[in-house]
Order: sequence, then structure tokens, then C-alpha cells
Amino acid sequence: MLVLLVGFVGIQFFPTSRNQSETLPKIDFMVVNNVPKQVEITITTSCYDCHSNNTEYPWYNKVQPVAWFLEDHVKQGKEELNFNEWADYSSRRKNSKLKSIISQIEDDEMPLFSYTIVHGDAKLSEGQKKEIISYMTQLKKDL
Amino acid sequence: MKRTKVSTGILAIALVTLTATSCKDAKKEHDNGDGHHSDMEGGEGHDEAGMDSNGMMDSGQKTSKSDMLVANYLDLKNALVADDENAAAKAGGIMVSDFNNFDTASFGSDEQQELKDIIEDAKEHAEHISESPIGHQREHFDVLSKDMIDLIAITGTEEKLYQDFCPMYNDNKGAQWLSATKEIKNPYYGAKMMSCGSVQKEIN
Repeated sequence: MLVLLVGFVGIQFFPTSRNQSETLPKIDFMVVNNVPKQVEITITTSCYDCHSNNTEYPWYNKVQPVAWFLEDHVKQGKEELNFNEWADYSSRRKNSKLKSIISQIEDDEMPLFSYTIVHGDAKLSEGQKKEIISYMTQLKKDL
Repeated sequence: MKRTKVSTGILAIALVTLTATSCKDAKKEHDNGDGHHSDMEGGEGHDEAGMDSNGMMDSGQKTSKSDMLVANYLDLKNALVADDENAAAKAGGIMVSDFNNFDTASFGSDEQQELKDIIEDAKEHAEHISESPIGHQREHFDVLSKDMIDLIAITGTEEKLYQDFCPMYNDNKGAQWLSATKEIKNPYYGAKMMSCGSVQKEIN
């Protein structure tokens, strides 16, 4: 018990890198596409924490090992898809990403359950899902 | 969600084991091994003498680069035909390293750019295939097949290939794949609809 406690206190001193950035880059998805306001708000709220260079951290990110867990998620999320780098993707890659976005949202695989359980506002309603999917489908057609 | 996919995957594998269907095609031309790998990394482009049975000087050099990829793609395709998630994952992993090692130096600059885009995209699909349940593997295989078709259009290939099309997959939007045999064996549905599809085009 004591060992656990000491360990828990000990890991609080390990730093993690924070994923934060003040400005929206010129190549961001929202900047280069003409995204309807409602869709923009939904995507920013539900996706940008892990799929952009700016995470709105919750208070408990100050506690280890939560911070490590989140850091890892954000890193993986950005590798997979970073909305901030959208215009830098080739059309081929955009096409693949749009296909995956649509299929992941259709199948309720994104946003992750472990994320929406603590971020109630990120959970997508059926209406929001439809809006995003129809917008992304159109974008894919126009590539 | 995931659990249902996994269990359908297991079911499918069990079914295949029972019926013991196996795909014989494409096995014969698989003479690729790790030897080829190191060949490529070692700058094969400068070593004419290192060329193997392909013979054909310049074009032979280019196509030999894609031939290993094609062989491993066919392995992946056959695994999906056989509803074998594990074998597909393994073949996907091998393709990831093929793409990593793919040397575009002998191509013109426009072709290089196009190849770079294709490889970057295809590699991600191969990565996903290496770590996903079979339903997802097939979704990624759809786009990976498109990438392979475009890649071969640039690199050429020594293999005789058939470009097949299944009109039902993808909510009836259809999906393509490449095969080394004329007979249709559907990688998108496996045993469920083995002969669904038709030959769109013959390559070579």
C-alpha cells in the first residue's frame, strides 16, 4: 500500500508534453474548406482534441498516469489524422481520410467511447452524424 | 461493435477451416524472400549484374521493384479470399516494410511524386490491415487495391494480372482488386460470395 502511494506521488513529477497551439494554421481543414458553421462546431468539439495540434485539456490531465494516457492518445490520433495539416495531404490521402472519417462515424467508432464518457459534449447525436457524413461525402466527391 | 466483428471473423475462419477451401493461385510466383529486400536497400539500381531472371535492362529494373509488392499483395488478397484474418494481418505487415523500402530513384520526377503519394497512402492502409479485424481489413484493402493498380500503371509488372471488380461491395459502389488467376475469387466477401465479380481488365 505504502509502495503504491509513494509510486503514485512519485510519478506526479514526470513531465508530459502538452499538445497546444494558439493559432489555426493556414492549411487547417476549416480554413481551406468552406465548412458550414454547425459542422465546424461539431468537428472542433468532438474531434480536434486528438486530431489537431490543440487539445483542450481537462483538469485531471494534471494527474499522472492520466496525463500519459492522454498524451499517447493524442499522439496516435494526430498520426492518423491531423485536421490542422489538411491542405498538405495529397488528394489521394484526403480521399482515404474522408472515407475513414465517414466509416468511423457511421459505425460509432469515433469519437472513442472512452473519450465521450468524460466529454459528454463530444458525443454525436444522430443529427450531427448525418450532417458530418453528408458534408464529408460531398467533399470526397469534389476532390 | 468490435466484439461482433471479431466473433464474425472467428466464425468465418472456423467455416473456412471446416470447408478447407484454399486458394492455389499466386503461390507459384512467390519466389520473393528477404534476399530481395536487401537487394533493394542496397541500391539495386546501380547493379545491373545483380538483376535476376527479369533480364530486361531498364524496364526490368523498375518492374522488379514492384514484383515483390505484387506478390505480397496477392498473399494478402488470398488471405482475405480465405477469410483468414491472421494471415491477412501478417501480409499487411509485410507490405508495410515493402512500401518503406520502395526506392523510386529510377523514375522521373513527376512519376516519383505520384509514387510518393501512392506509397504514403498505401502504407497507411497496409498498417491498418496489419492490426484490424477482417471487416476493417477489407475496407482498407479496397483503397489499397486502387493504390496498387495506380502504382502498377507507373511501374509496370512482370506478372500476368487480372483486374477484377465486385459491384456489390461498399454499399453497391463496387470495389476492385488484382488477381493472378482468371477465375473470380472474391476477397471482399470470401466464402460468403466467392464467385461474385468479373474481370475488368487484363494486365500483361
